[in-house]
Amino acid sequence: MRTRISRGARRAVAAIAALGLVAAMAACGSDDETPSGSGAVTAEGVDDGAELALWTRAPLELQAKALVDAYNKSHKNQVKLTIVPNDDYVAKVGAAAGSGDLPDLFAADIVYVPNWTKAGLFSDITEHIGKLPYADKLNQGHISAGTRDGAKYVLPFVLDLSVIFYNKDLYREAGLDPEKGPTTLEEFKQQALAVQKLNKPGTYGTYFGGNCGGCNVFTWFPMVWASGEEVMNPEGTKSLLDGPAAQKVYATWRELNAAGAIAPGAKDETGATWVAAFQEGKVGVMPYPATLLATAAKTVDVGLVPIPGVSGGASTFVGGDGIGISKDSKKNAQAWNFLSWLTSEAAQVDVLAAGNSTVSRTDLADNKYSAKDPRVATVNKVAASPQSKTPVALNFQQAFNAPTSPWVSLLRNQVYGDQQKLADDNAAVTGVLGQ
Amino acid sequence: MSPTPTLAAPPGDVAREGGRRPRRPLRRSPALTGWAYAAPTAIFVLIFFVVPFLLVGRMSVSDWGLFAGNRGWNAPENFTSAMDDRMFWPAVWFTLKYTVVTTVILLGLSLGLALIVQESTRWNGLLRTAFLVPGALGLASASLLFYALYSPQASPLGFLGIDSFLGTPSAALWSTVALIVWRFAGFYMLLVLVGLQGISGDVYEAARLDGAGRWQVFRYVTLPLLRPSLALCTILCVTGSMLAFDQFYILTKGGPDNSTVTIVQLVYNMAFGGQNDLGRAAALSILVLVALLVVNALQFRNLRGREG
Repeated sequence: MRTRISRGARRAVAAIAALGLVAAMAACGSDDETPSGSGAVTAEGVDDGAELALWTRAPLELQAKALVDAYNKSHKNQVKLTIVPNDDYVAKVGAAAGSGDLPDLFAADIVYVPNWTKAGLFSDITEHIGKLPYADKLNQGHISAGTRDGAKYVLPFVLDLSVIFYNKDLYREAGLDPEKGPTTLEEFKQQALAVQKLNKPGTYGTYFGGNCGGCNVFTWFPMVWASGEEVMNPEGTKSLLDGPAAQKVYATWRELNAAGAIAPGAKDETGATWVAAFQEGKVGVMPYPATLLATAAKTVDVGLVPIPGVSGGASTFVGGDGIGISKDSKKNAQAWNFLSWLTSEAAQVDVLAAGNSTVSRTDLADNKYSAKDPRVATVNKVAASPQSKTPVALNFQQAFNAPTSPWVSLLRNQVYGDQQKLADDNAAVTGVLGQ
Repeated sequence: MSPTPTLAAPPGDVAREGGRRPRRPLRRSPALTGWAYAAPTAIFVLIFFVVPFLLVGRMSVSDWGLFAGNRGWNAPENFTSAMDDRMFWPAVWFTLKYTVVTTVILLGLSLGLALIVQESTRWNGLLRTAFLVPGALGLASASLLFYALYSPQASPLGFLGIDSFLGTPSAALWSTVALIVWRFAGFYMLLVLVGLQGISGDVYEAARLDGAGRWQVFRYVTLPLLRPSLALCTILCVTGSMLAFDQFYILTKGGPDNSTVTIVQLVYNMAFGGQNDLGRAAALSILVLVALLVVNALQFRNLRGREG
């Protein structure tokens, strides 16, 4: 019996040792891999049948899947897409970055890109971008957000722009011209009030995310920019959200709230159901993500105009995601092949524009798809407007997007609470930006 | 076939008979067997509790960024700066308030429900099942369900005439408490019910023979004998409430006006909500752990003291 146990034990030890050896050899094998991008940098990269991992967050699922499907059908390289829930994305990327397990390619909310670039999560692709014949036509907001100390780290992946959506049917009922959306902040307010005056049960003038920092960064910052003012200093370390235009924006929403023209639920709206009421045809006019045009148009006759400033102008928050090659990728040349294709006409027009998404090259803004729908042409045009911006700040998330951010306190005080706290609240935003 | 002497005889006899080498003493086997049985659990605990715990301890004394990794020893800065956070004391105060409110309501309600369905009848069986069903739902799912219920656009609760379920600090607190009570009352009722059914009928009969009324029976017989079950419920409820996260993360995101930020949500915000500071988040986690140990120790001491 004892002999049998010993033999069994020896076999077990031998098996474990063998497995360990195999694992060690496998590990050594992967260590021996050298980055494929060590050769000459080309505009197209390498398409040799490599498997590339790509992570993106759930809000971009539609566009990411379309892009990856189109690339995989036309290339030897195969991209394996992982969609991560929005709220888990920072944690997942952080954990992977710490353990050196980032995928070959990953997208990041463009407002986080400066922070992630500083943390060294992306590889330098300055030389690669320089090889692109249309490098200067790429969306400069995304490029500058991904530039640090002169080196470029990301390309635009999917642009998400804020525009004004309005419900043409409700406009007709309210006696408004369904072909004329608001061109000033005052017109925005008046049109919202006009829809409210219909007194239709369950129908309201407008809506906004009253407890959602990101929603109002996305939709209120352009109102300030279109007025010719700034929301931060160029370094992204000082808040300018107490300027005249910003105050006019807050006052407009406060008046709309006082008039009962904002749909119920706005005060506790965290962003989860921010777009739902308009999509259900219950809201007259509101700032909205342009990427949801196709979805909203299924249920509502959507009119679309750029976000106006106090007395005119047109601006948008050039949001969405930038994409780069991770610091951990050992397939840089193959990953660049995907990125260079991503900026090509085949991807920008035949995939993104065909799917009603905004192109990220100014020279492709007028294309066969935007020609069919003037609303898409409007979005593309405002994306290239000099008043449109991607704000750059290292502590953007903490200052604006986090649920407990000082920006959320500021906007809630200005719409619902004590307006006299503006200077203090603005100083609190500066305090976080400057940390 | 008759058994051979070597098989039938004890090891000592085998040796004496000179047939084979003596076996190892059998008394070692139970220990080995015990280790073998315990090993899977021990490995599990080691990997999923001890190692992460040590890592959190290491992080709490290091300058450890989410993306930047470990930048070196910095104790006790993480602990002091975590407590200096502008949200620290509001979060502590809110967590304590929420814990007290939730514990009192849940204990009272679960005791009441258990008393209602104490007798084993067909209708009580249905009621017990109905009370327990919400407990089968994950907390995140239940929170999302209540988020829809509280949505002014989609809520079927409009007849209640409540303008906003989550729009003011007190509304947000009580709306969340309502969710937790709905989700957990049945579970705690079950624990109390087990305690109730463990009380011998003889005790009640003796009390009645002594002329005790219903209230006196409840006050002087049921409640004292239920103390272990109620103590268990209290410990579970206090621990769960002090670690509250999912429900607030989904329903309020800490709002409105930062009025519902719990201490665990603060830990999450420090780690992933923009500060990206795993060191401070780990330090705060350690502080929460110490607080929980103290609270639970006091509860155990109180329980044992009364039992003694």
